[in-house]
Amino acid sequence: MAGTEVLGRVTWRSGKVVALLDETSSARTIAIVVPDWPGHVAGQHIDVRLTAPDGYSAVRSYSIASAPSMDQRIEITVERLEDGEVSPYLTQEVAIGDELDLRGPIGRWFVWHIDQSEPIQLIAGGSGIVPLMAMIRSRLASKSNARFRLLYSVREPAATFYKDELQAISNRGESVILTYAFTRITPKDWPRPASRIDAALVSESIWPSHLSPTCYVCGPTSFVEHVTGLLIAAGTDRKRIRTERFGSTGEHI
Amino acid sequence: MNANMSYLDGNAAGGELSRIFNLDLTAAEGQCANCGAKGRFADVHLYVDCPGLVARCESCDHVLLRLVNTGERVFLDLRGMTFLKLST
Repeated sequence: MAGTEVLGRVTWRSGKVVALLDETSSARTIAIVVPDWPGHVAGQHIDVRLTAPDGYSAVRSYSIASAPSMDQRIEITVERLEDGEVSPYLTQEVAIGDELDLRGPIGRWFVWHIDQSEPIQLIAGGSGIVPLMAMIRSRLASKSNARFRLLYSVREPAATFYKDELQAISNRGESVILTYAFTRITPKDWPRPASRIDAALVSESIWPSHLSPTCYVCGPTSFVEHVTGLLIAAGTDRKRIRTERFGSTGEHI
Repeated sequence: MNANMSYLDGNAAGGELSRIFNLDLTAAEGQCANCGAKGRFADVHLYVDCPGLVARCESCDHVLLRLVNTGERVFLDLRGMTFLKLST
């Protein structure tokens, strides 16, 4: 299967930006065509390298948001960090037609393969939704019957990525059960006050542990540690929890 | 539990390590030489705000791997792990 080879050096390639889409006031999706792209698996990331005229370079990892496809096109969604070295450029300056240095796909553990049939529990904090969205899109594109649940913690409705697409997918029967946790501002008449994910929300919105779901948790480091602790307290086998941490940013999520 | 939440995890080192090993190590299972915990390399705590990369055991915080790339040479210290098991 493409993108699953163990052997093979991950080399720097040049990709061309072909489309830009603002997801929120601070996050942008960048579609990139990468010649000879070997294909990827949902959950994998790429490293993007920016090089200044004086030779200084900075490398950052960004999860792939798009489902695997054969057309050498990938999408990443980048959240702008005000003190960042790379994200301000990617969210404000990069233009269609620009070339980006990138390497990938990277990651063989935090991935969902289309032949996985067990129930899947996705838990996202803020921009941690990106690799989980790739899994949801991959599930849909492959017509998988795996049962998915997504618990998505986000600051406020306006900070939600992929809002319309998620709504459309979750409305389509029971394919993906979607639960939001708004941490600072809720929509009007929302039943749950603004607060972070807690034990009560976990117990009512995730697959019960006897179904042995595989859990994917992605977000800022403090979010991942908090949620992992709640999952274990709720009886989830630690071996069934896979995590990806984005660092110390977004501590309010 | 480490109170400092500045770390990432082994996923973020996948690209840099693949330059050296020609392998994606994130799914490799390793063992901490200090506490004996076994886990996937994707789950180790990775510190990047330092000269290079430092991976620490998620159970006991012991240093598992240090990687420094000077541009001309790469220095790699793996003594914190007793083994690293790769699927082929």
